[in-house]
Parts: sequence; structure tokens; C-alpha cells
Amino acid sequence: MTDSASPAVPRDSAPPPLAVEGVSVALDGRLVLHDVSLQVSAGEFVVLLGANGSGKSTLVRASVGLVPTIAGRVLLFGTPLPDFEQRARIGYVPQRTRAVAGVPATVDEVVASGRLSRRRWFAPRTGADRAAIDDALERVDLADRRRSPVSELSGGQQQRVLIARALATEAELLVMDEPTAGVDHDSQHDLATLMGDLVHAGTSVLLVAHELGPMAPLIDRAVVLEDGRVRYDGAVDHRLDEALGHAAHAHFGSTEHAHRHTGAPPREGISGEGAW
Amino acid sequence: MIELLDYDFMRRALLAAVFTGLAAPAIGVFLVHRRLSLLGDGLGHVALTGVALGLLTGVAPLVTAIAVSALGALLIELLRAKGRTSGDVALAMLFYGGIAGGVLLANLADESAASLNAYLFGAITTVSSGELVLVGALGVVIIVLCLGLSPQLFAVCQDEEHARVSGLPVWLLSALISVLAAVTITVAMRTVGLLLVSALMVVPVAASQQVTRSFRSTHLLAMAIGLAAAIGGVVASYEVETSPGPTIVMLAIGAFAVLAVVGALRRRVRPAPTR
Repeated sequence: MTDSASPAVPRDSAPPPLAVEGVSVALDGRLVLHDVSLQVSAGEFVVLLGANGSGKSTLVRASVGLVPTIAGRVLLFGTPLPDFEQRARIGYVPQRTRAVAGVPATVDEVVASGRLSRRRWFAPRTGADRAAIDDALERVDLADRRRSPVSELSGGQQQRVLIARALATEAELLVMDEPTAGVDHDSQHDLATLMGDLVHAGTSVLLVAHELGPMAPLIDRAVVLEDGRVRYDGAVDHRLDEALGHAAHAHFGSTEHAHRHTGAPPREGISGEGAW
Repeated sequence: MIELLDYDFMRRALLAAVFTGLAAPAIGVFLVHRRLSLLGDGLGHVALTGVALGLLTGVAPLVTAIAVSALGALLIELLRAKGRTSGDVALAMLFYGGIAGGVLLANLADESAASLNAYLFGAITTVSSGELVLVGALGVVIIVLCLGLSPQLFAVCQDEEHARVSGLPVWLLSALISVLAAVTITVAMRTVGLLLVSALMVVPVAASQQVTRSFRSTHLLAMAIGLAAAIGGVVASYEVETSPGPTIVMLAIGAFAVLAVVGALRRRVRPAPTR
């Protein structure tokens, strides 16, 4: 994903890939986000942290237009979200909930969906589509499973399929909702390597996580949400630890979760994973 | 068995079976993927009101059925897009209203319930050449859209939210699936009947996915199974003098049973890798 398709715009003058300005979101009449502002500048790797229920997921979903806002606005590459049409510039990795649907589908077929923001209707895959799909599968180490039905993969592998789908878009901004959930320790290192490559190539990233783990050195900025408000927005240093300590009463930066899933069982068995 | 081609009505019946057998699974695979397998059943109920409206007004029932069931499909999509909580009950209202409305309108038209039977259970051997042209034209449109837009429709059924972020017109594509299902029902109405039309959309898909691993191969094999069941059903019903509709559906269920066994045996011989 060297992103050769994107124009080489000077980073200083171009509008930021993502700007959230004073956004409030209400779900079922409950205020989930309150006057939240957040920016991801070009080439920046921003991690969104916070306890369960703090509004992390809602914020990323609002950022890509999946949740309506009641106040404030979201700008993608300088364009207000409702008018934003260059969808191939964003890649979205949802929480792994519906990787499997009613009819069998192969890894290749799901990853190919990541190209639809670029493909013409009624047109077959182009050479560029195939190359992007191949590259995305290589990057998540699933090239040898491309003909397998997604339902036959482990939870961690299904997570990688969703990451590959977003990579296949060859987007300038990646929005990832907990791609590390249920991913084992080794796999977290592999994901960190992948994120390092992406950031190095100039991709901007907004990533929701429970913990920084091996990605910590790559991260430009961390944003901590607490009860739907921004509690911290700054570098990964001792002030972040303090903010998180306040937010979740847990030490941060270790390989342990910053906090426990409240009563929820582990998402999946992570034993027996392959390279990831 | 060749002599059945000597009869005009049998030639028309076989042609109608070809279009129905291919079109029903072509759209059905998306309903199954979306876990809306029973949508076709409900839309069949709604189409009954359309049929009765045709009987009452003297317009061709096939035409009124297409209009009413397509409107019903759009209404369902609106309900799905609006509130999720009341959607289930609203669907039930629409479906029961459809069948009750159909019988009531038929009564008003002084038609006995028996005249609805041709639509409820199919009457493939009474298909007129005018109807056949309409069935054929609609069948081709359904098949072309379902195969041509397969990547987009697949993406919407697989992960609606990702499709929306990708900029796909999700509501339009969802509505297209529902409307195509509604049109398929009216195309298949004379072949297998409104009560069994959903079976021809769903059973070939269920049969196909016993032995397939990809969406594409499931889609194409389901269409082949639908075609074989529809043609086989018409021929068999002629030979053994049964109703074509139920014969077609039983053949499709037979295919499901056979492929389920084949699939189970294959998985035992070559266990699916888990990592």
C-alpha cells in the first residue's frame, strides 16, 4: 500500500484527513459524546483510548458517518461529512462482529469488497484491483487462505480479513475500531509492524484500542475519552499514564489490558494462531 | 417425453420454468446472505392482494401483482431503514394484510377462492404467450442485475456498515434486492405459486451451499439447481400427473438432501483446516 494513487500534497497546506469539531452524539436519547473535538493530521497515527462505554466506538463511527451527530461537525479531508464523496480515501475496519453471514464467502471475496469505492458498476476487477487485493492479503499474512471460507478461520484471522479489506482500499486515512481485540501477543507485534509500515508510507490512522502494547513507539498522539468527553489529548508519556490512571485506575503501557472487559468473556480462543 | 414439446402449452410452461428456475435463486442468494430468507414468503402474501386487485379491476393480475408487491417491498425497506424495533411487527401486519386483502378483494370481484388457486399454487400450463413475454423479459432483467451487480449486492448483504463507509448507495441497493425479490415472486407466481415461490428462492441456495466454499460458486450452482428443478418438475408433473409447483419444490428439496449428504461426506474425508 504505497499509495501511489494519491496526489502528493504538501502536508502543511492540505486539510487534515479527519477533523471532528465539537461533536455530540445521542443514542437512544442518552448523550454518548459531549462536545468532542479530535484531529488526525496527514501521516499521523492517533490512538483513541478509554474505558468500555466511554464513547470510543461511537466517536469512530460518527467520524465515518455511521452514527448521526446532534451537534458539531466532522470534516474528512476538509469536506463536511455529508458532502464527502471520495470514499476511496478512507478505509474502515469495524469491530469484528459480522465477518460471517448467511452464505459462504471466501477471504478473497470479502477483501475484494474493499475495492468497491473504486470499482465501476457492472465492471469486472481490474489489474489494479487484483494487485491491491494480493498486496493486502500478503500484508496480513493470509495469502494462502484466500480461497478459504471466512467461517473456517479463527477469530484472529477473521479480524485480519477485515483489516485486509480496509488495506485493499488503498486509503489515505484508516479508521480502525479495536483491531487488536482478541488478538494474541505475537499477533499484536505483527500488527504493530504492519502499522509501522503504513505510517511510514504516509497513511494517517485513527485506531481504537484498549492498550498500546507493541504499537506504543509508533503512536504520535493518544486521545483518552471518559464519559463521552476528551479527558486527554497529547503525547504518549507520563501524563497519558496519569490520565488513564484516573480514567480506569489501571497501569498503562504494560501488556495487560488497561482495564477489564466488564463481565464479558474473552472474545475468542486465541490459541493456535498462525504467524499472527 | 419428447412428445410433450408438441404441445404449445408445454413449450410455454418449459420456457417459463427456465426463467423462473434461474431468476429465483439469482436473487434468493442475497436474501439468504442477509438472513432474510422469509422475506420472499411475506412478499408472496402481498402479491396476492395485487392479483385480486387485477381480478377486481380487469387489469392483468400479473401486472397488478408486480406493482403491489414492489410497493410492498419498498415499504418494507422504509420500515427497515427507520425503526428496527417495530419493524418485525410491521412486517407481520403487511404480510397478513396482504393475504386477507387478497381474499377480500377477490370476494368483491365475485371470484371464488378457487380462482386464486391458480396464483397460490401455480398453473404453469395455462401461461399465455403474452404472459410468457413478460415473464421472460423480467426474468432476464433480474438475472442480469443479480449477476452484474453481484459485488455491490454482496457487499451490502455481507457488511452493510462497511458498504456505507465505502460510499455505496446502501438504501438503494437494499431496496433493489427487495424489489427484485418482489418481481421474482410475480415471475414465479404462475410456475410454482405464491405459497411456494419463496422455496424456489431459498432451497436451491441452501442446497448449493452444502458443497460450495465461495459466494460466487454458491450463486451459480444455486441457479443451476433452480433451473434443473424447474425443468425437471414440469416434465415430471407431465409424466406422473402431479401439480408442477409442488413437484418443482420437492425436487429442489431432494437436491438439498443429496448435496447435504455429499457435503457431509466430503468434510469427513477431507476435514476443513481450522488454521
